[in-house]
Amino acid sequence: MKEIKCECGHVNPNGTVLCESCGKVLDEKQQQPILDMRYEGTARRSQTYKRTIIDKIWNFFSSVKVGVALIIITLIVSALGTIFPQEKHLSLTVPAEIYYKERYGWFGKVYYALGFHDLYGSLWYELLIASIGVSLVICSLDRAIPLYRALKKQKPKKHVSFLKRQRLFAETDLHDADEKDTFNLLKERLVNKRYRIMEDGENLLAEKGRFSRWGPYVNHIGLIIVLIGVMLRSVPGFYVDEWMMIKEGETKTIPGTDKQYYLTNHQFLIETYDENDNEAYKEALENQGAIVKNYQSNVTLYKASESLPGEEPKLTKLKDYEIRVNEPLTFDGFSIYQMTYKNELKSMTFGLMEKDTNEIFGQVTIDLDGPKRIYDLGNGYQVEILSYFPDFEFSNGEPSTKSGDPNNPAFAFKMITPDKRDGELSFTSIQQTIEPFGENKYKMVFQGADTVYYSGLTVRKNETLWILALGGTIFLIGVIQGSFWYHRRIWVKVVDNRFYIAGHTNKNWFGFQKEIDEIVDGTGLPFLIDQSKKSREKVNEG
Amino acid sequence: MEKKRRRFIQRTIILFVLAMAIIYTVYTNLMKDERKIAQVGETAPDFMLEDMDGNMIRLSDYRGKGVFLNFWGTFCKPCEEEMPYIDRQYQIYKDQGVEVIAVNVGETDLAIETFAKRLSLSIPIVVDRKGEVQEAYGIFPLPATFLIDSNGKIIHYFDREMDEQTVKDFMERIKP
Amino acid sequence: MVEVSSHFLLASFIIFLFAILFFGGAIRQKGLENRKGNGKRVSGKLGFLLTIIGFLSQLGYFITRWIAGGHAPVSNMFEFATFFSMMLVLGFLIFYYLYRSAVLGLFTLSVTVIIIAYGSMFPKEITPLIPALQSIWLKIHVMTTAAGQGILAISFVAALIYLIKNVNQSGITKSRFWLETVMYIVVVSIGFVLISFTFSAIDYKAQFEWMNKDGFQETYTYYLPAIAGPNEGVLLTEGRMEPLFELPANFNAKKVNTVVWSFLIGTILYGLFRLITRKRLAHVIRPLVKNIDDNLLDEISYRSVLIGFPIFTLGALIFGMIWARDAWSRVWAWDPKEVWALITWLFYAAFLHLRLSKGWHGEKSAWLAVIGFAIIMFNLIFVNLVIAGLHSYASP
Repeated sequence: MKEIKCECGHVNPNGTVLCESCGKVLDEKQQQPILDMRYEGTARRSQTYKRTIIDKIWNFFSSVKVGVALIIITLIVSALGTIFPQEKHLSLTVPAEIYYKERYGWFGKVYYALGFHDLYGSLWYELLIASIGVSLVICSLDRAIPLYRALKKQKPKKHVSFLKRQRLFAETDLHDADEKDTFNLLKERLVNKRYRIMEDGENLLAEKGRFSRWGPYVNHIGLIIVLIGVMLRSVPGFYVDEWMMIKEGETKTIPGTDKQYYLTNHQFLIETYDENDNEAYKEALENQGAIVKNYQSNVTLYKASESLPGEEPKLTKLKDYEIRVNEPLTFDGFSIYQMTYKNELKSMTFGLMEKDTNEIFGQVTIDLDGPKRIYDLGNGYQVEILSYFPDFEFSNGEPSTKSGDPNNPAFAFKMITPDKRDGELSFTSIQQTIEPFGENKYKMVFQGADTVYYSGLTVRKNETLWILALGGTIFLIGVIQGSFWYHRRIWVKVVDNRFYIAGHTNKNWFGFQKEIDEIVDGTGLPFLIDQSKKSREKVNEG
Repeated sequence: MEKKRRRFIQRTIILFVLAMAIIYTVYTNLMKDERKIAQVGETAPDFMLEDMDGNMIRLSDYRGKGVFLNFWGTFCKPCEEEMPYIDRQYQIYKDQGVEVIAVNVGETDLAIETFAKRLSLSIPIVVDRKGEVQEAYGIFPLPATFLIDSNGKIIHYFDREMDEQTVKDFMERIKP
Repeated sequence: MVEVSSHFLLASFIIFLFAILFFGGAIRQKGLENRKGNGKRVSGKLGFLLTIIGFLSQLGYFITRWIAGGHAPVSNMFEFATFFSMMLVLGFLIFYYLYRSAVLGLFTLSVTVIIIAYGSMFPKEITPLIPALQSIWLKIHVMTTAAGQGILAISFVAALIYLIKNVNQSGITKSRFWLETVMYIVVVSIGFVLISFTFSAIDYKAQFEWMNKDGFQETYTYYLPAIAGPNEGVLLTEGRMEPLFELPANFNAKKVNTVVWSFLIGTILYGLFRLITRKRLAHVIRPLVKNIDDNLLDEISYRSVLIGFPIFTLGALIFGMIWARDAWSRVWAWDPKEVWALITWLFYAAFLHLRLSKGWHGEKSAWLAVIGFAIIMFNLIFVNLVIAGLHSYASP
């Protein structure tokens, strides 16, 4: 390993651009008129070794260019993912492959084939985010440590060439007598402007806001913590995402709680706005029709004694609560959210009617959750349910049911009447009545139905939230620290009656120049010149 | 040289930790769609359900016997196909220490009774009204069959329709 | 109260137009514009004063509308656009205080005026809040985000000025082409405002019956004459223009029609302009900006990103996540609007890295600022109106 010895006597590691001690330019390729002060000209570790595979991987992720490229790729890919809706945001009844093809044509087919239909959960998107994470860790380690050392080791004594090649610079000749006074006046003014002063003979370094240099690394730490939080979500126990449909009047175990908690849904409510709420809404209500004001489930939360699946536990009431959108019920790390609702048939009422006279001999109200076998209407009239199909369809000519939910109930009734003692058979659904054994004298007429609401509730527990919150806070602190403050430095040097002054800031040069002007004004020193403009103007003229 | 070696070790450790974290996360995310509960080799989750006559049936009461645990619904066509086979084989194997528990997924008594009568079933039928047992076993779709040996261990999980030979083979496997 | 509120908004619109004139006047006076020079000029001072009055008037609009509606007026497209314009003005006031640039005023207020006009083309009635929006986080999230975006937009304005000043107009270059494209798009947005305003002034309405993608009949009301008609559309209103062509059912024909009109009018305006002046638009504007210091523009552009980025992160991402947890049960749902906020954030992160570590200053950095603003506008306009997700605001 080649080390570079500067003329000031300091030995610098290989790759150093500016001498760590005096700031003299070591890398002769760096001959531009203004020094590049990023990372203080230190040797970044990554740039010095290129040996093993570990070093190669390290160097790859250590490059800001690679980091930016990863950001840009993620950005473009994420944008592509929004062209069509993601599969998980659609409630598809057909396979996704067919849906995308039929809906969006050949482009949809390509979109599906490339996996964009489930982009954000896909392996390669995860790997992309992960590599940004790796880049964050390695880039920060690789830069923060040398930068910290360089700034800590700073000495007030710098080489003249270092001062001359700062963006803000001035030089002048002073007499011996004035020299001390000017130097001290300058120092006093710098202190008044809250600069920290370091002196070494007739060399001076005034510095403030160094901590803003740590901003980028602090915010990177925040981001890394956020990513750790996201990763922990996949560790069992940190994250619960369950779903329950609970009927009005029903008491059910809350999924994800291992039968420890139960919930009763007493009532589900929908309210809409009317003009009495606010007369300013009148126009909107006329234009848009009904606008929902509130979705609400009135529930009771219970703690349950230990029980097996299927066993009824002993319930202890914890609290009554009204779950609304934006107002989840929370307990023991869990939150229950009002997400959707549905309205289902609860009971149906039929009348037993004589077809010729339209006379009705009684009503049966069938609870669709527990229909009885026989309904006795008195006076010799009786209705028996032979079969019940909650979600009726004909399949292969046979009546059958698609599911256990009462979406389209149908019944095979046996109607027993004083004049038809053996009973007549009637197959009745909402739309139609079929009489399988020829024309009947009686029929079951549909007279009405009652419905019941189900509340669709999401049950969630997220033990990583505090980590996300911590990471987010640290990120913001870092960003603010790095962007609302600035690192300003002023070097002063006197050699053989020649007075040099130079300034550097990491941003906001206009403010800095104004500040230096105020400091220099009236000291007999010339105002500092912005050398970047001088060189640019030269280029413009030439 | 010593410094360089140390640096190499540092880098290796950091990269290794990062790689492990990523592999773990990616792996668990890929696995999350798999059935996690009631795996083959585990003890079958105990449960208590009421049968059609109002008696409580508890799985763990059947220790020492092989249990043929079947989840079904009247709306499930394959269930309808395989039910008679199960019923028939049950008649043969019930004296050899095999029990059948047919768990209905929570339909009405009327629907279950009509169904059982139509197929003249004699196997013990229990109803999982609140879906708790289905959740404990991670059932989807129907039919689903678990073979539980006399020690209460799940030795096989089958989520398709069975023909009579399969039912017979299964009962043979759990015979104590 | 609602009426008072709209008067305030109109007043601010007019005041800004005058402020533009004064800032224009300030520029015409000789001398290099830098931090020291400009604030002393009378017409610049007047422009600044008018801007403050205009801002107060916008504030008046905002407060009265809040009182009238009973909730913060940031719940639909009109309200968001007007609030965004207000934040843009606030951003300008901050930067005028820091750098005293009249040119910045001229351009920022021009953009502001276009955005107010753009917002006014959307339904203006006060809409009651649906349950998902009934949260204290509505105001916190939306207002902070808009503030961040408003300040980030200043970066675009400064960058645009930089480019107008520095892009060489005498040779055929890519940057000359793209700069002119940006100018053209600005003209198209003016075209949108003009055409929407004209036809809403004469109360143009044409009803169509059409077949949607699921094969159902629906009706549409066009507020502009239909150039692009809906799928199997039948005109129901008498005496209205028949569409020139019909779009397939999976396009939102009404929105496409508006876009077609905007480009049509914009192109005509731009064409006329080119015919008369025989110069590129950027070339014509160039003398207005010749006196401003490049480094100053670069610094304004950079600094507004430095200030805007944390505010945007806080408002759009962090507050957004907190609200999403309450309303949707999850901190992050990969909703298109959310993804585009992430894209905006990633883009500005890349901007900062390129600037800090790769030394992208001046023109490169200016182009990045222009793209950043394009992403913000895309998220505001396109994602809201075309890719509807959980965030869908009421669209026209």
